[in-house]
Amino acid sequence: MPKERRGIEVSLAVAEAVGQADCDVIAAYPITPQTHIVEHLAEMVADGHLDAEFVPVESEHSAMSVCCGAAAVGARTFTSTSSQGLALMAEIFFIASAMRLPVVMALANRSLSAPLSIWNDHTDTMMVRDGGWIHVFVENGQEAYDHVFWAFRVAEDPAVRLPVAINIDGFILTHMIEPIEFEDDELIKRYIPEYKLENALHPEKPVSMGCFGMPEIYTETQMAREKALVGSYVTCLKAWEEWAALTGRRYHPVETYRAEDAEYCIVTMGSLGETAMVAVDELREQGEKVGAIKIRLWRPFPFEDLYRAAEGKAALIVLDRAISFGGPGGPVALEVRSAMYRRPQAPAVVNYVAGLASRDVRVEDFKAIILGGKAKAAAGDTAGFTLYGVRE
Amino acid sequence: MDKFSVYSARLVEKGEYFAPGHRACQGCAEALAVRLVMKALGRDTIVAMATGCMEIVSSPLPTTAWEVPWIHVAFENASAVITGCESGMKAMMRKGKLLPKKINFVAMGGDGATADIGMGQLSGALERGHDFIYVCYDNEAYMNTGIQRSSATPWGASTTTSPAGKLSKGQRTQKKDLPKIAIAHNIPYVATACPSFPFDLMEKVKKAAAIEGPAYLHILSVCPTGWRIPSEEAIRYGRLAVNTCVFPLYEYEYGKYRLTYRPDPVLPVREYIEGQGRFRHLTPEDIEAIQERTTAEYEKLVKLSEEG
Ligand SMILES: Cc1ncc(C[n+]2csc(CCOP(=O)(O)OP(=O)(O)O)c2C)c(N)n1
Ligand code: SF4
Repeated sequence: MPKERRGIEVSLAVAEAVGQADCDVIAAYPITPQTHIVEHLAEMVADGHLDAEFVPVESEHSAMSVCCGAAAVGARTFTSTSSQGLALMAEIFFIASAMRLPVVMALANRSLSAPLSIWNDHTDTMMVRDGGWIHVFVENGQEAYDHVFWAFRVAEDPAVRLPVAINIDGFILTHMIEPIEFEDDELIKRYIPEYKLENALHPEKPVSMGCFGMPEIYTETQMAREKALVGSYVTCLKAWEEWAALTGRRYHPVETYRAEDAEYCIVTMGSLGETAMVAVDELREQGEKVGAIKIRLWRPFPFEDLYRAAEGKAALIVLDRAISFGGPGGPVALEVRSAMYRRPQAPAVVNYVAGLASRDVRVEDFKAIILGGKAKAAAGDTAGFTLYGVRE
Repeated sequence: MDKFSVYSARLVEKGEYFAPGHRACQGCAEALAVRLVMKALGRDTIVAMATGCMEIVSSPLPTTAWEVPWIHVAFENASAVITGCESGMKAMMRKGKLLPKKINFVAMGGDGATADIGMGQLSGALERGHDFIYVCYDNEAYMNTGIQRSSATPWGASTTTSPAGKLSKGQRTQKKDLPKIAIAHNIPYVATACPSFPFDLMEKVKKAAAIEGPAYLHILSVCPTGWRIPSEEAIRYGRLAVNTCVFPLYEYEYGKYRLTYRPDPVLPVREYIEGQGRFRHLTPEDIEAIQERTTAEYEKLVKLSEEG
């Protein structure tokens, strides 16, 4: 029998998932477009649907700090933010992963000021790309809901113990009402059973956390951090496999669409991947051998999966939604280029930046980007990036 | 008082939760204050500490001076971190994920961490009403980064960012009154203390721990390095600060002020200021101005405590 699907705003579905995950502490500070997530959690706590401490802090810096404290005593911990909020919490964002605290955050992606913009792109998350967190990008409401459980599952795995950010495109996803298949609490309990943090702060077994490191020890701590993040890849896969076994919904670090025999592929992250697929379909009808590649797992970066997806392609046209100012281009293209560097028969990598602060990237735009990218690759014009649709 | 002190010394907890072997400077009264606070709190305590001298001297990897669970995250956020710990444990105990237990949740920071960069987070944590104690170790400057001024540095003190010079008398502003700011949050308990008066200090810590809800302790912690005094003089200068009424010992409990110690006689502030390198450049007129202000502030406090 098919499971029941419910039409619900994606933010609310994320909050419901946090509730089903039996979260213990939620730290909350409002910022558009993540507000509906914490507002709904506040309601759930107020109505007794969720037994958790809801901590309405005075800033995002404190939100992440509260999460660190709560996670350090072994509580299941959640927060959510966007843009300026992420910028304000950035200091603690890096510390949370260094201290191996399994916090889960819904990051409703939004551009950074100035000019002030509340709309969506990936500028905020790229700022903390190197923060040591596991980063996953979701494409629609169902994926957002599913990945809350996946995130707790991965974060709390004793072999991982790292914070996880679920990147959800602001407004484009957070404020959509979508049909979502809800899982029942029993299934969730099986998937993420109650966990016990080893070395949690407790008077019975005192430990010191967040000590001061002299030069002779710092390097080793960073190597340990790197190993943990890279090593989390297997746990990410396993958690997706088990989720598929339980629900039938299957996810991969890199996903492809009509890419097997494609000559060139558009590469995206996040919700625009769905529009890209429509563009691919239309171009296919015109006889273009195109496909789409979607990077779901951003950290740890899925090199092997990307190699497999890109094999035999003449060109990858990477769509970035952020600019690394003064550098060679968008951050995703940068990484795809470096991953492909010195691969045998590596595809050319062409970089477009589009969709900044929610400027529409329609099917026609995708088609123009893909065809433009194809022409650039053929002409060997692969340096730098093109800011698509900018008015001169 | 003196006789009581001799007797009560025997009652003091023998355990050390801030263990010897930390790397504080000789004669550091801040380290002594931490040690006394920990003795009074006992083992069922979780400490979140701000970046600063005490964190650096007590936790160089792979060692630790902490015999209780301890966490340091950053400079400004000890109060938010400890409220996270408190909230987490509260939720888990309520939900049966953790056995119930009475635990003291304590955030500690220097005057810089408290008066400046962490002010907003302290205010937020006090306002939210978590059951925790905030301890400010006030050595009147940023000592860990090399004796820079904070907003709790007293007027006229020379620091590396408020140096005395031809055109300057050192710190230009009056010391920020942190206990008063804490009191303005309507919390149940606020007190000042100084490790030169160890029993008074420990009594206040115990009171703060017993009270439900937020408590704030402001501890004057003499820093021989930053104050430019000989290391063996730290305790004496702490006494002088109290006996000259530069740093009165009082508490505020559920809306009532009480002086816990009345110096008799009150010594002239000159005795406190003389001999401290950081005040070396002050003229007798400057010291007179400090005297006047000190007397006026103390009288206000006496009045408040008489009003009850
Ligand atoms: C965000 C941030 N800014 C600056 C610093 C540098 N810093 C570390 S400790 C410190 C001063 C600490 O002074 P205080 O809180 O008074 O404690 P003390 O060392 O005097 O005990 C400063 C400025 C930091 N760690 N983090
Ligand atoms: S600088 Fe001052 S506060 Fe810091 S350890 Fe030395 S004496 Fe103590």
